[in-house]
Amino acid sequence: MSGPVLEACETEAGATGPVLDVRDLEVSFGGVRAVRGLGYHVQAGEVLGIVGESGAGKSAASLAVMGLLPRHAKVSGSVLLHGRQLLGAPEKELAAFRGRTISMVFQDPLSAMTPVYRVGDQIAEAVRVHQRVDRRRAVERAVELLDLVGIPNPSQRARAFPHEFSGGMRQRAMIAMAIANDPDVIICDEPTTALDVTIQAQVLEVLKKAQRETGAAIVLITHDLGVVAGFADRVLVMYAGREAESGSVRDVYRHSRMPYTIGLLGSVPRLDMGRRLPLTPIEGAPPRPSRLPPGCPFEPRCPMAVPACSLSEPPAVEVGPGHRAACLRAREIGQAGVTMPGILAKPEARAVPPAGPVESGAGTAGPGAVAERETGTDGPGAVVERETGTAVPGGPVPAEAVAGPGAAARSPESPRESRAVVLEVSDLVKHHPLMKGAVFRRRVGTVRAVDGIGFDLREGETLGLVGESGCGKTTALMEILELGRPERGRVAVFGRDTATLSPRERLAVRRHLQVVFQDPLASLDPRMTVHDIVAEPLLAHGHRDMGARVRRLLALVGLDAADAARYPQDFSGGQRQRVAIARALALEPRLLVLDEPVSALDVSIQAGVLNLLEDLRRRLGLSYLFVAHDLAVVRHIADRVAVMYLGRIAEIGQVEQVYASPAHPYTQALLSAVPIPDPDKERARRRILLEGDLPSPANPPSGCRFRTRCPKFAALTGALRARCAEEEPEIRPMGGDHGAACHYAEKLGVV
Amino acid sequence: MMTLPEEEFAEVQAEAEHVRVPSRARTVAGRFFRTRQGRLGFALLASLFLLAFLGPLASPWAVTDMDFSAFMQPPSAGHWFGTLQTGTDVYAVTLRGAQKSLLVGLLVAVLSTGVAAVAGSFAGYFLGWTDRTIMWVADLLLVLPAFLILAIMSPLFTSGRWLLFVVMLALFLWMVTSKIVRGMTRSIKEREYIKAARFMGVPSWIIIFRHVIPNLASLLIVDATLNVSAAILTETSLSYFGFGIQPPDVSLGGLIADGSKTALYAPWTFWFAAGGLIITVLSVNLVGDSLRDAFDPGAGGRA
Ligand SMILES: Nc1ncnc2c1ncn2[C@@H]1O[C@H](COP(=O)(O)OP(=O)(O)O)[C@@H](O)[C@H]1O
Ligand code: SF4
Ligand code: SF4
Ligand SMILES: [Mg+2]
Repeated sequence: MSGPVLEACETEAGATGPVLDVRDLEVSFGGVRAVRGLGYHVQAGEVLGIVGESGAGKSAASLAVMGLLPRHAKVSGSVLLHGRQLLGAPEKELAAFRGRTISMVFQDPLSAMTPVYRVGDQIAEAVRVHQRVDRRRAVERAVELLDLVGIPNPSQRARAFPHEFSGGMRQRAMIAMAIANDPDVIICDEPTTALDVTIQAQVLEVLKKAQRETGAAIVLITHDLGVVAGFADRVLVMYAGREAESGSVRDVYRHSRMPYTIGLLGSVPRLDMGRRLPLTPIEGAPPRPSRLPPGCPFEPRCPMAVPACSLSEPPAVEVGPGHRAACLRAREIGQAGVTMPGILAKPEARAVPPAGPVESGAGTAGPGAVAERETGTDGPGAVVERETGTAVPGGPVPAEAVAGPGAAARSPESPRESRAVVLEVSDLVKHHPLMKGAVFRRRVGTVRAVDGIGFDLREGETLGLVGESGCGKTTALMEILELGRPERGRVAVFGRDTATLSPRERLAVRRHLQVVFQDPLASLDPRMTVHDIVAEPLLAHGHRDMGARVRRLLALVGLDAADAARYPQDFSGGQRQRVAIARALALEPRLLVLDEPVSALDVSIQAGVLNLLEDLRRRLGLSYLFVAHDLAVVRHIADRVAVMYLGRIAEIGQVEQVYASPAHPYTQALLSAVPIPDPDKERARRRILLEGDLPSPANPPSGCRFRTRCPKFAALTGALRARCAEEEPEIRPMGGDHGAACHYAEKLGVV
Repeated sequence: MMTLPEEEFAEVQAEAEHVRVPSRARTVAGRFFRTRQGRLGFALLASLFLLAFLGPLASPWAVTDMDFSAFMQPPSAGHWFGTLQTGTDVYAVTLRGAQKSLLVGLLVAVLSTGVAAVAGSFAGYFLGWTDRTIMWVADLLLVLPAFLILAIMSPLFTSGRWLLFVVMLALFLWMVTSKIVRGMTRSIKEREYIKAARFMGVPSWIIIFRHVIPNLASLLIVDATLNVSAAILTETSLSYFGFGIQPPDVSLGGLIADGSKTALYAPWTFWFAAGGLIITVLSVNLVGDSLRDAFDPGAGGRA
């Protein structure tokens, strides 16, 4: 498997040669080729980012390099580490390399650490495997390493078990272990995917520091284009197990030559760009590795495809200095000077007209056009491009959807104050008892999951509720959806106080209030056909003749009528979420509550679902309460945003205002931590790093909850500081309906 | 507002008409009969039923007939399965016993698994006092000595009141399963599709029957399969002590109990009844296995 390549490289690998050189790497699982001829190299001190959607073969390739693939995987090609061939090397030799010369950081550090050993001991063990030091010295070294990666009280924390660490701390410990032996290459597979943005920023910072300390080359695998933009020197875009494009980060992001890269960049919602720019989703889904098209693997989804594309697979060729692209038309794309979103959309797929707040005065596409609609037809709601979600505008809308009272007032163009309030929450509280003990369960405390939040949501409006995991977003949603009497505070849906609803009235309210969950697979009963799933709410509210309606709903969300007979498992993630949306729309609700509806999806698919939601909101006059942890998504879809921290609202206001000039220190830190997929912008930004983890909601700090991590608090002195510690800040108006819960709120641009 | 061109509209419409969405029962049945195991089990069970209920018509002998010219005779042209000590035709009496045993086995299984599913899922779904009441009853029944009670009650099962026996047997078979069902319901209840249904306004009891119990199908089918065997075997052992199905009804269990005394020198008095029992249990297991696979949404082979 090595042959002449090996020799050639060994002579070449001098002082300046690549540390890691991968060529023609092939990985197959039982005849299915997951990686097909991948090649890359990294120099010492260099960061190579590998991006691609799930299933592109990123992990399989890196595991192959580490020699960690299961036995049934077939690997061929060449992997040279300092000129030494790793593929086919005896396990003993590999073990000597692993951890010392090349080490790995995994996405889920909990599964990469042994649960029954203390963290410090595991790191000491990693030291002792490769270095001749005694136990005491190794433990000391472990504590030094934990200190280096920024774990507070390292000597004490070294004695903790992995499960006692938070996700961010575990990832730091994992990095400590990875750099324990001063490796030359560190492979990081989605090191921050499972973490919140503020923690992600911390971990990336630690990774940078680790690189400075060790001078290692880093291979950073991720699906987050923003992380790569800020961190990597060069980037390799993978598609269907191969290189699609590679080059310096600037070349690839700014002068993309391959339609897939362009599509990927065009489909990410951006923190720094206003909302009305529709995303350009990539049509369809990535091919299955077992059923690749004969020519260019991207051909079925490519808007630039020409007949020649389906003949043979284009190899990656040089299109500029150090810039390679695997596309027949790469040169053309370069010459025409076409930039990102412009070229991607096929003309017929780009039919969504951005609904600017002013331009729809004519009422052509907005929900104003009620009059022309025929009532009671069984026709499909609209013709929608599959998986792109860009509906042909103006298809007949289910009549009943808009025919309620106030249909005219629902148009988003009328000023906010004049529109009806669909959801009003004030001082909502939800505490969970904290129980302990397996046999004798007793209450040992209270988790203050939601601790007094308030907001209102008006007709035709989208309110984004953002915050890190554990801040109480989902609890708040569930409390609203229960339609019961809250522990404290008041919830009013369509002007009716939920505490006083009779069962019958509650059922009537449910009709107009529907929900979409994060994980479409978990929220669809696996034993029911799509037809039964979509028909369920109709049945519950006593509808007859559901066949036609179900077909219309499926058409509305861009699925085929034939899909009704299939099961949720037969669909891709994006399609499943469409089924969930169809079900939520079945009763023609006025208010849709969405709990992280796109965070389980790949970016190109996510863009389609976001466009669909935006399009439906506009056409059906819906209001959305949209929960997300991704601030860029919220900026894209929401009119207003409420930022939650530890069960309270830190800041609330119009999206434009909050994003452009956040006033609460937490919002500022949060926004500054979100990476922007633009290398120049991203590198010029100043990051506000927060210290530590989210405090436990069972025991929030006194006064302002954010004070333990607040950079502003840290800079305050004397009486000013005491106020933060003693007095819980209420939301103060910052102009318009913008408000922030900080005693010393000041606007500051961070994006 | 623009509408679709007429022909395009008609096209969409026509295409939509073609799609037949199979009901859940049809899909399960389809998948069941697609496996060889399912077909075999079903054929076996169906022929057992046919034999038990129609077989007697083919023989000149009735259960009550006694052939005074043939006591303890081996199988012959006159008596296909031989005769008993009393001159009773073994073919006739075995089929009569099979009728009862099949009915008892299947009814007890359906009843007890059904009770377990309903009791367990209601307890696990509603919790609170519903849960406490149901689990209190279950615990009570668990500590009662079932065998003893059935033995004491056996005089009540005479003169054709075998259905009472079925009910009593089922009453003592559901508790353990209901506890498992309760535990699983508590975790299923947290799944998002249950929450979604709840927030849609679907009533709780419909959620239980539509989402909770079908998703416990594997467990329940395995349980029912085991219960068929358990019921037949319990009845057999009760019969052995004379407490099972009471005359004039006969069961395979009773026949086996009687036949075991003469099995050594007159094997036909034992083996036909025992063979019937074995084939019944086997075919029920085959059907149960395939049914479980058919309910599994991950299983392949759907249209
Ligand atoms: N251990 C394995 N056995 C069989 N197939 C695998 C295994 N690991 C990965 N694959 C397949 O290889 C392909 C690439 O997977 P992966 O490398 O995990 O992609 P990525 O990391 O880009 O999400 C996928 O189709 C996946 O199903
Ligand atoms: S080779 Fe053709 S199909 Fe493939 S990316 Fe280029 S233009 Fe598109
Ligand atoms: S009130 Fe004080 S601690 Fe809280 S955010 Fe403002 S400055 Fe920071
Ligand atoms: Mg992966």
